[in-house]
Amino acid sequence: MVVTEELCYAPGILQKLDPRGKLSTFVLFIVITGLAQSLWILAIILALILALSFLSRVPLGFFLKRILLFIPIFTAVIAIPALFITPGKPLIDLAGKIIITEQGAHTAVLLVMRVLDSLSLGVLLILTTPWTKLLVALRWFHLPSLVVAILGMTYRYIFLLLHTTNSMFLARRSRTIGSFSGGENRRWLAQALATTMAKSQHLSEEVYLAMVARGYRGEVFILDELSLRRRDFLWITFALITALILLWGIHL
Amino acid sequence: MDNVCFNHRINLVVGNPFMNTLDTEHIFQVKNLSYDYPGNIVALRKINFTIGPGELVALVGANGSGKSTILKLLDGLIFPTDGELTAFGQVLSEKVLKDGYFVADFRRRVGLVFQDPDVQLFSSTVWDEVTFGPLQLEISKDEVVSRGLEVLQLMNIAHLKERPPYLLSDGEKKKVSLASVLSLHPQVLLLDEPTAGLDPQSQGNLIDFLLQWADKGKCLVFSTQDLDTVEEVASRVIVLGTEHTVLADGKPEEFLFDPDFLLGANLIHVHAHRHKELTHRHPHLHGHQH
Repeated sequence: MVVTEELCYAPGILQKLDPRGKLSTFVLFIVITGLAQSLWILAIILALILALSFLSRVPLGFFLKRILLFIPIFTAVIAIPALFITPGKPLIDLAGKIIITEQGAHTAVLLVMRVLDSLSLGVLLILTTPWTKLLVALRWFHLPSLVVAILGMTYRYIFLLLHTTNSMFLARRSRTIGSFSGGENRRWLAQALATTMAKSQHLSEEVYLAMVARGYRGEVFILDELSLRRRDFLWITFALITALILLWGIHL
Repeated sequence: MDNVCFNHRINLVVGNPFMNTLDTEHIFQVKNLSYDYPGNIVALRKINFTIGPGELVALVGANGSGKSTILKLLDGLIFPTDGELTAFGQVLSEKVLKDGYFVADFRRRVGLVFQDPDVQLFSSTVWDEVTFGPLQLEISKDEVVSRGLEVLQLMNIAHLKERPPYLLSDGEKKKVSLASVLSLHPQVLLLDEPTAGLDPQSQGNLIDFLLQWADKGKCLVFSTQDLDTVEEVASRVIVLGTEHTVLADGKPEEFLFDPDFLLGANLIHVHAHRHKELTHRHPHLHGHQH
């Protein structure tokens, strides 16, 4: 978490950009990723992402770890069946019973690459943009202020609740000798979840009162201190030209 | 954003029907006020007091005596179950606090600092915290920035401006909590246990600051169990009993040196403690009788 905060303020190329320009161009690249049918196009986008992360001083290992952790969990479950059920030219024949087709392999790799690129773009955006600036950018794009406020508070309080939950685990461990059965663990976990939920509800009521006490009346007003500079226009121009080339490549 | 925020500023004085009837003699008048939490849990029973401009009032009482509840009532966040509470001569009710003119003016005049900084600090950075209040009251953008910078300097926390609140120490969180309310430029400051959880130096700094702030003729109402803070800051004490009623209301010196009264109000205690080689038991009141 602390590393993430530090990266947002590192003297990298993406950190210097206005979040509105960055957000809009990253969304554009995510859309292109979704449209791409060619692995080459997706490989070029990935190369661009890695180059940008390098220029933004994001450590490669840290960056890849954050992305690759999710790929097997969320994508493999969907991609692996495609290897076997997609009809087409056989690529690997396992004793004539299990056949992986060329089209199946292409579909699976395409899916994994799309997720890899989209996730990388999202992670790179978050790593190089302070959360508050990202929220202001979302507000600028007319996302309702209430939604922006909820996003901001979720981010703020998730760490507090995480800390509370962690303390509960430590308190349990400090009073524990030996080990518990699976059933006992599940029972304790259910109680811990219920307690955390009750605490979060109380916290949300108190936070609401704290907001009202400082003038909140149903709409959150935030300070817009963003400004587009020359380098932002250069970035947007570069991103648009790259996007057009990629779209041209998709239609070839 | 600018258009959304600032183009429809409210003129809070001209055309405000409530402003014509403002009572400047009394800030708060509490008459036979009772408050129950859901489930008929008694918090306060038939309490009465009046608070005027420039008073430094300490709300003192044992745990659960209703101190925090009074502060929330005075700030118009919750409303009496029975009895009446007026602020600047206007009865505080849900209906009145839905009036845009009155609520904006009331929130400018009265600021509440919650006991738990994690409740008070809900924004993503310290800068967002100190500008939140003025922005909600639709004060001009330049003024918001000016006030934000002013309170950061005042509380010596300018170096924390871009930091997220969850990465701050407890002492820093308290300072930011106070700064987030001071940026409203309130006439009345309500503080819930301001010195709780602070180290002795931070407590001393906070007391220094509160006394300087109050020197400008402003009104301070704070809850505490720390009798040293009461003696150093308050010009008046309201003592709440375990029966959720007002036990006493007067100058600090009338109560702080009366061990029998303090024992009865659960504010001091008889317990064993050490004096060098001697361990003994008696009513224990640091800084006063011993």
